[in-house]
Amino acid sequence: MLERYLTGASTYAHSIDHLFLLIAALVGFWLIVAEIALFWLSFKFRRKQGRPTQYVTGEEKHLARWVTIPHLLVIVCDIVILVPALIVWFNIKQTNPPIEQTVRVFGQQWAWSFQQPGPDGILDTADDIRTVGELHVTVNTTYRFELRSRDVVHSFAVPSFRLKQDALPGRTISGWFRPNRVGTYDIQCTQICGIGHALMAGRVIVETPQEHAAWLIRASNPALAERESPPASATGASIVAEVRR
Amino acid sequence: MSTQVPHAEQGIFQKYFWSTDHKIIAMQYLFTGMAMGLIGGYLAYVFRMQLAFPGHSVPGFGIVTPGEYNTVVTMHGSIMIFWVAMPVLIAAFGNFLIPLMIGCDDMAFPRINRLSYQIFLLSAVVLVASFLVKGGAFGGAWTSYPPLSASGAYNLTPLGASLWLVAVALEFVAFLLGGVNFIVTAMNSRAPGMTMYDIPMVVWMIVLASIMFMASVGPLIAGAVMLLFDQTLKTGFYDPARGGDPLLWQHLFWFFGHPEVYVVLLPAIGIVAELLTVFARKKLFGYKTILYTTWATVIISFLVWAHHQFVAGIDPRMANIFSVTTLLVSVPITEMVFLYIATLYGGSIRFHTPMLWAVAFVAEFMIGGVTGIFLGASGTDIYLHDTYFVIAHFHYTFVPIAIFSVFGGLTYWYPKMFGRMLNDTLGKVHFWGTAIPFNLIFIPLFITGAAGDQRRTYNYALFAEQSRPVLQHLRMFATFGLLVMLLFQLVFLFNFFWSLRHGRRAEANPWMANTLEWTVPSPPPHGNFAKLPTVYRGPYEYGVPGRIDDYWPQDVPN
Repeated sequence: MLERYLTGASTYAHSIDHLFLLIAALVGFWLIVAEIALFWLSFKFRRKQGRPTQYVTGEEKHLARWVTIPHLLVIVCDIVILVPALIVWFNIKQTNPPIEQTVRVFGQQWAWSFQQPGPDGILDTADDIRTVGELHVTVNTTYRFELRSRDVVHSFAVPSFRLKQDALPGRTISGWFRPNRVGTYDIQCTQICGIGHALMAGRVIVETPQEHAAWLIRASNPALAERESPPASATGASIVAEVRR
Repeated sequence: MSTQVPHAEQGIFQKYFWSTDHKIIAMQYLFTGMAMGLIGGYLAYVFRMQLAFPGHSVPGFGIVTPGEYNTVVTMHGSIMIFWVAMPVLIAAFGNFLIPLMIGCDDMAFPRINRLSYQIFLLSAVVLVASFLVKGGAFGGAWTSYPPLSASGAYNLTPLGASLWLVAVALEFVAFLLGGVNFIVTAMNSRAPGMTMYDIPMVVWMIVLASIMFMASVGPLIAGAVMLLFDQTLKTGFYDPARGGDPLLWQHLFWFFGHPEVYVVLLPAIGIVAELLTVFARKKLFGYKTILYTTWATVIISFLVWAHHQFVAGIDPRMANIFSVTTLLVSVPITEMVFLYIATLYGGSIRFHTPMLWAVAFVAEFMIGGVTGIFLGASGTDIYLHDTYFVIAHFHYTFVPIAIFSVFGGLTYWYPKMFGRMLNDTLGKVHFWGTAIPFNLIFIPLFITGAAGDQRRTYNYALFAEQSRPVLQHLRMFATFGLLVMLLFQLVFLFNFFWSLRHGRRAEANPWMANTLEWTVPSPPPHGNFAKLPTVYRGPYEYGVPGRIDDYWPQDVPN
């Protein structure tokens, strides 16, 4: 159902979408039943000359069960929703599938920046690739992200991945994602973080292994990278322009 | 009990600004709340216009800068909850109704009551004044998360941030004083014969809301003081660099913030209970069950706060507990809604304006309720958290609460408050002109939220997925709905003020209702009851078999 509004591009996008659909079906059913009951009773018992009110306290068993039985069924539906909801949560936030790559994500007023291992495949070495506003990942690869904030609370959100996690100053919060569709997707900040909140946009570029390897070579060659990594200054300039306005 | 000399001549100031009469204080709260509501509505107009036509000058405001946008959304939220819903639902209706409905002459502590309003007025003045200081009013969202709220260097509204905290703290003091009064009065000053189960539901609900408020607000006041220290004295309660923790504020805030939702919900469903019974001419379906489910709601609502923080960086295992409690709270609320619907069964329903509001409250609140399940379920909340889906969801609860039930209550008790009837035709025009556009605003926002629109974003230009034309059309559609809805509020304002002078004079009991406030003249004189009443039965004895009248006032002997 959510797919109709926004593409899913990670492995857990589908499980969240299915959960959404399940909830929509169950609560939609009960909403319609309750609204029909409300409007039907309103219509049926509208004022009519010569028809007196019935005296009902609500404690009569044969009437009370019209409330009690639906109510018990609603509780059953609650459980039917709760179990898959917790399973989806558990799979996304409480378990870590085998990790193939690690990327550090930094939030700051008002940009996302990323630190990835360079050609040697190890983080915190001299050839690490640092980018601003753009994250390049390989399709069908499980990534672990380590999320930090340099100032206020931000929230790292990739709607197409159905990924969202707040970044808190003073701690590192980790999680994972596995993109399964090539393309370019938005990164948002979903926690208000100051006047540049709406400017804190980024892009995650999901590439085939070949594309990614080519990008890796370009990015780790300083001469090439110099020429085509304007995001840092461009973002800064646009923020200043917005603030001045 | 009253501190005033009943027959002494009073100047205008003494009578309207320094009164200890609960009815005057109710009016003070009502009119202050309405004035703040106009400001809150104007702010909604400003940011909806910016979202529909980004970068264009908003008529009546001008170009909206990102900083101003943050201020406007922050103040809209703060004002609508703390300075509209709270004063009108709890303080105005509570003050007006409690003494009249339980049959006494005034509040238990009339001078504390007067102080309560004065502190509230001060808080409103501080808040409105904060628009005028350097940097403008606070722009860090009504949830005020540090470190953004803790440092002027981050939020760029240093003075506004502190004034916002001071205003909120003052407002809490006002409602603590008011709440003490409501609880003590309802428990001690009831007319002889009025047992616990004879108390009208709206009084119960306001009392329970006051208890909830008292139990939840303490941690937040402590948190607010620490935040104020962080802002002004440069302490480090929420600063991780100095051993503090920004998450602490989130827990303190939401420990208050979630019960707060029910603090405003309860008076609203109390009002709706009165309206449904009077206009359906029906006894409330399962009075005791409603009362017990409300108690259950009150208790469970203290155990759900972290569902606002599923992805905030708390231990992910915690989310499971709070997901369960959150779905648990739907159990008593569902029961309550079902009982309200069942109350209509076998009635003889008169669709005057207040009844339209009451039925619409139930119809719309259910949408707000069921969409909450998507957010309480931790799995889907990962995606929907902080999107417009959340905004649409809580407006489907808050608008029925703070708008529908308030208009229902005002149109119902207007004759008692002012001694005149409102025009019913204008009332119905206003009803349809509010209820239909309300849905036009927020149904599109469910869709933009499901498509990933993040909150508090003044312009989606940098987000390719959010810049799709179809989403922009939905945003414009929502803004159009808001404009129509705001326009129709003029009908209400005209009806309200015109009827004050020109409305048909109201007799004591124009709706043929049972509760005690309808036994005194409209408007009630100072001291309310010429002779204090005695209560013989519950408040909802309509259509009792064997009686000629279909109603049976509480104070009529058998």
